[in-house]
Amino acid sequence: MDRRDFLKKTLSGTIVAGATLAFGKVGGFWNAAADAAESGKTWDLVAVRGGGPDAMFDSAISAYGGMRTFVSRGSKVVVKPNIGWDVPPERGGNTNPKLVTRIVEHCLDAGASEVTVFDHSCDSWRQCYLNSGIGEAVEKAGGKMVSADSKGYYREVSVPKGKRLNKALVHQALLDADVFFNVPVLKDHSSSMLTASMKNLMGVVWDRWYWHRNDLHQCIADFSSFRRPDLTIVDAYNVMKRNGPRGVSVNDVVNMKAQVLSTDFVAADAAAAKLYGVEPSDVRHIRLAAEMGLGRMDLQNLSINRIKLG
Amino acid sequence: MQLGSLKPLRVAVAAIFLGLTAFLFLDFREIGARSMADAVLYLQFAPSFLNFLEAATLGATGFLIVIVLTLAFGRVYCSTICPLGALQDVLGRLGGRRRYRFTKAHNGIRYAVLGLTVVLFVAGSGLLLNLLEPFSNFGRILSNLVRPLLLAANNLAALVFEQAGYHGLYRVRWPAIAPLSMGVALAMLLLVGWLSTGRGRLYCNTLCPVGTLLGILSRFSVFRIRFDSGACRECGRCERVCKAECIDFKAQSVDASRCVGCYNCLAVCPDNALRLSGASGSGSGGAGENPGRRKFLIGLVAGSVGLAATGANAASPPSAMSDAAPPPAVTPSRSTTVPEKRTSPVSPPGSRSIKHFTSRCTACHLCVSACPSRVLAPSLFEYGLSGMMQPRMSFQSAHCNFDCTVCSEICPSGAILPLSKERKQRTQVGVAQFIRENCVVYTDNTNCGACSEHCPTKAVHMVPYLNGPGRKLVIPEVNAAICVGCGGCEHACPTRPYKAIYVNGNPSHKLAEKPVVEKMEPLPDTGEDFPF
Repeated sequence: MDRRDFLKKTLSGTIVAGATLAFGKVGGFWNAAADAAESGKTWDLVAVRGGGPDAMFDSAISAYGGMRTFVSRGSKVVVKPNIGWDVPPERGGNTNPKLVTRIVEHCLDAGASEVTVFDHSCDSWRQCYLNSGIGEAVEKAGGKMVSADSKGYYREVSVPKGKRLNKALVHQALLDADVFFNVPVLKDHSSSMLTASMKNLMGVVWDRWYWHRNDLHQCIADFSSFRRPDLTIVDAYNVMKRNGPRGVSVNDVVNMKAQVLSTDFVAADAAAAKLYGVEPSDVRHIRLAAEMGLGRMDLQNLSINRIKLG
Repeated sequence: MQLGSLKPLRVAVAAIFLGLTAFLFLDFREIGARSMADAVLYLQFAPSFLNFLEAATLGATGFLIVIVLTLAFGRVYCSTICPLGALQDVLGRLGGRRRYRFTKAHNGIRYAVLGLTVVLFVAGSGLLLNLLEPFSNFGRILSNLVRPLLLAANNLAALVFEQAGYHGLYRVRWPAIAPLSMGVALAMLLLVGWLSTGRGRLYCNTLCPVGTLLGILSRFSVFRIRFDSGACRECGRCERVCKAECIDFKAQSVDASRCVGCYNCLAVCPDNALRLSGASGSGSGGAGENPGRRKFLIGLVAGSVGLAATGANAASPPSAMSDAAPPPAVTPSRSTTVPEKRTSPVSPPGSRSIKHFTSRCTACHLCVSACPSRVLAPSLFEYGLSGMMQPRMSFQSAHCNFDCTVCSEICPSGAILPLSKERKQRTQVGVAQFIRENCVVYTDNTNCGACSEHCPTKAVHMVPYLNGPGRKLVIPEVNAAICVGCGGCEHACPTRPYKAIYVNGNPSHKLAEKPVVEKMEPLPDTGEDFPF
């Protein structure tokens, strides 16, 4: 059974556990009572507001029928957060460590054989892994942090629909994975306007430099045709509203308490753009990706599960 | 205490100093060098002295202790604390056991070298000191030769372990390649290796300025090795194990100025005819004492003649970056045409000014080894001839991490003075210069903004630029007042061969203004609702 079959089967055959507002151990999910009539439906997008990063993920993933929808027993999972900068979590420069941890826990609970986490950071990688809080949190949860700091970790792939970007060196952890979760943080960006799902994938390649030199937005959209993440989870808990992508101080950050999940990362970016306060079509790489047929940005036509917590 | 047990004691102390000092330079996993450095290097003579010149604090009195130690026991510094001395013993031992015999001191050379070193230093050029000073030479050998081998071994092992799914050993990126430093380190390793296998501590007793200086002091040392003429049967064993070649058993004399206090002779003498005594025995202060002093003075004068030339070089303009790591191997879309105009190299934060830095740095490369970002790289001639190998900020392959103060914490000589994180974040080592004609936004009409992304203070910010159809273009603008010169922009700038933005060094470091933090404009209130 390949991933696609598995996914279909699970979606059609299972009605799993909503009780994800459940606090405490993740291990309880699969025995918990089924909730909401809405779970089990195939959503284009799930959006949550009002809770902690972990609680929001619990409820959002249950709306998808639980993590087993995506992770089969024994599969190798890659989780790609944004760990680009040597800044603490409250600065909103990196993905929230609580969210990353929660995802890792869910994966392992669903029977993943291993969960690998990495990012090709902009600041020195060890400082980023350390000060983002992600390194320690992931390892505590049983995940594996791997370095992305050496060219030797990358292999060349072709980008099928690339207009400016036809080839890229991609981290082997992603190439060897069965399941791929893209976990960007939503934030301001000085030149791509905002950073969310597609932009986050610049952290799986070695040569970002080429992207900047060859029409950044087009390259971001191009790379989306390489491999669609199985699920994108946009962390909009602490959102950097200006001075991005690094930020200057905590004053750049708004506590938005939101999260967006989608199997279509163009849709996830479109929703994230709205949360951030811009029109998706104003963000050039979102528009380009939608035009290239890599995903949808027409939020009004999507089936969206809106969940409010707290 | 039995005199014979002084040798094993000396070996043990030397091994500890050698091991700890080597660890500082090889700690590529950053497991403790930072916290240990001050304690381990406290007694290193030249760095401590230079540090003392800067600020006469308790932390910089190690060299005074060494002086007291030398006046009491002779040059035990050379046999225990000095890592290059211990390294020579190791190399000498690797080269097999050798029989030494007494030779005359090369007083002419050693006093001339010391004199020239002092004169040049006083005149503002540390060139000779940097080339000959033992701690720095040891550091460069470790940092430029041993460390790369260690990294290669680590990376190979990491590769093997990764196949088995273990990622605890990660690969470590190479530092920028610095052929000049590697060459000098290799030359020095070969020189001390050759001398130590053949002639023991000949380097320490002819070329090392610290050894010569301590040798002058040790002529007056209280406890030194002397012959008990009544007990000596002239078997000659002491002379044969004296790696300083300073024992003349026939004359029953020990040249205290060259004796490094290894105590091999004490351990080997069957009759206890050698004593470590305070009493003046045969009064053998060493051969050629007076001619040596005369030559020392002559050397001092001769040195001042040759001084002008080297001193002048210190002020010569920096040459282009030539020993930096090569750019990523991707064909650039279009080559840029406007060269950067660098008028000054960038010295590390905490070094205050190029002048201060170059006059205090001995190019030991501890900061180069310890820099987590690998932004520090040995210079070629950017600081002039006399500043060769002294580290500079090279943004070719890295930038200076905004929160990091490692180099200022670890520098043993006070060339890079300690900075608090807050102070470091406002220390302006240089200022970003934007060359619009090289910028991707200007040449290609597409967004880039890599420079602004990396800027920790937003001194490099993006401003609206001529908008093509459907494109909200923005182009960089520099606010020099809040720029700290970290090089994030230059490092990230994708243009080649010339950068569209680069950092020009401040000859004297300045204090950048704090970025103004405006109140955030209120958000469009969606309550807890969804805007879609």
